[in-house]
Amino acid sequence: MTVLAHTGALTLRQLRAAWRVPAFVVMNVVQPLTWLLLFGQLFTSVVDIPGFEGGSSYLEFLTPGIVMMMALFGSAWAGTSYVQDMERGVMDRFLTSPASRGALMVSTLVYQAVLTVVQTLIVLAVALLGGARFGGGAPGVLVLLLAAMLLTASFSALSNAAALLARSQNALIGLSQLVTIPLMFLSSALMDTRLSAGWLDRVAAFNPFEWAVVASREALGGQGRDWPSIAGHLGLLAAFTAVLAWVATRAFRTYQRSA
Amino acid sequence: MSTPRSGPALAARDLVKTYPQGRGKPPLTALDGLSFEAAPGTVFGLLGPNGAGKSTTVKILSTLARADSGRAFVAGIDVGADPAGVRRAIGFVAQKQVSDPMDTGLENLLLAGRLHGMGARRARERAEELLDRFGLAGAARRQVKTYSGGMIRKLDVAVGLMHRPRVLFLDEPTTGLDPEARAEMWAEIERMAAGERMTVLLTTHYLEEADRLAARLAIVDGGRVVAEGSPEQLKSELRGDAVLVQPRDRARLPEARAAVGGVSVFREVGIVGRAVHARADDGGAALPQALAALEAAGVPVASATVSRPSLDDVYLAHTGRSFAAAEERHARAEAEGVAA
Repeated sequence: MTVLAHTGALTLRQLRAAWRVPAFVVMNVVQPLTWLLLFGQLFTSVVDIPGFEGGSSYLEFLTPGIVMMMALFGSAWAGTSYVQDMERGVMDRFLTSPASRGALMVSTLVYQAVLTVVQTLIVLAVALLGGARFGGGAPGVLVLLLAAMLLTASFSALSNAAALLARSQNALIGLSQLVTIPLMFLSSALMDTRLSAGWLDRVAAFNPFEWAVVASREALGGQGRDWPSIAGHLGLLAAFTAVLAWVATRAFRTYQRSA
Repeated sequence: MSTPRSGPALAARDLVKTYPQGRGKPPLTALDGLSFEAAPGTVFGLLGPNGAGKSTTVKILSTLARADSGRAFVAGIDVGADPAGVRRAIGFVAQKQVSDPMDTGLENLLLAGRLHGMGARRARERAEELLDRFGLAGAARRQVKTYSGGMIRKLDVAVGLMHRPRVLFLDEPTTGLDPEARAEMWAEIERMAAGERMTVLLTTHYLEEADRLAARLAIVDGGRVVAEGSPEQLKSELRGDAVLVQPRDRARLPEARAAVGGVSVFREVGIVGRAVHARADDGGAALPQALAALEAAGVPVASATVSRPSLDDVYLAHTGRSFAAAEERHARAEAEGVAA
């Protein structure tokens, strides 16, 4: 119970900060929206390529991909708030309080996931305005939100771990450049990988980012949804998130050893 | 965990802490067998120049860092064996700002209360009491980033006091404050120490601050305690006043030293900076004798002073160098470290 209360109090602290400067939340949506509208227009004919099995509207195909890109790129910077807390004495104050390391970690993951939900709903609304229609209805949207939250939590944990180990913003730049961009291209976010090189399709199957894209696209699709596949991918993503959150919480030990 | 009623509120025994310096370099020894004890309900000062090991000691006692060897007890709890127990018993005001700039003053206090398991109502009452006491009631609902440096520091202390800790750590609470804010902070700490039943561990590199606030203090140098006692005790152990004579010509310092050393009432005659430093039981009576000796030796004098022993003298007596020189040396080492 205490851990839950601590997690709640620490999550609210971050939400208050975001609420006071909503510009940051909005800024993070501008780029994905630009991609959605630009790529949506640029690649309209992709759906006509023989063998493309992603439906008849590229905008509809693209939307879950863009949502996950937004979640991935945004969470790579999640460690920024730890870096700021460490530069001040805020982190040391929390670490000398009864708050558990788990609560310190999970609160930032929940906070980031909440931001992702808000941003996802904005992207979804714009896609609908742009003419996209998703047969999956409410269950589809719920899976999209869940997948986006899990993806956010897992990479936020990775970002937090990097922040704790390196104690600088520079580590996060590395993370966002070297990890997120390859993950994005090794996936079906922008393109049906059945039309890509065979090795890419096989590699993508091990990409957590791809798990989120596949599960949400399948769930948004409507008729004939492959629920076992959706559940399987979400399960993998949840396990991945749990492992990363645990590893990141362990990183507090290293931070303290060098304190 | 059992908590003995009596015994020291804080005890450090032979603490050793080293930090790896990277490949090819020997590890940096921050603490080299540091020991001290503080009685409950007192303000205990750790005084030393930057780099002496004060902050490392605070980090170990507050569970932020682990010692390589040695043991430490806070409120009777073994820091190594039960860090969670220690965290419930302490308040921690780091050298850096511990208040979140994005939250308001009130929100910072309420969060601290929540983390210490206080109910919403009790937390609010306590927060309002502290805001009143520290003169922050008017700013309670403003974001901390709009506060002045002195206000932030007061809020930091209030955050540390929120749950009525048994031991409060104040790591250099007035560093970076202007003289006015510092004087105000000192008054707050004095009032707080009188009003709350708790032990305060204060680290400082201001001699004046230690002198004024600490009931007892330990002088830290090179990761060890070199002297311990009340400021008055430490000063009276020096037995006598400090006499400082500065010759007009720096080159003649050795001659001046020899002349003063030849007068029997002086002891501990040495050179500190550009002056001859000596000690005498009655400084006022001894000074004319020093001046006479210098005149006889033909050394013109630029200035001469007599002072009651200060903590700076205590520091000098125990470490062989003046406090200012130690601070300077550390600053130089830091600068070289950055350059290297």
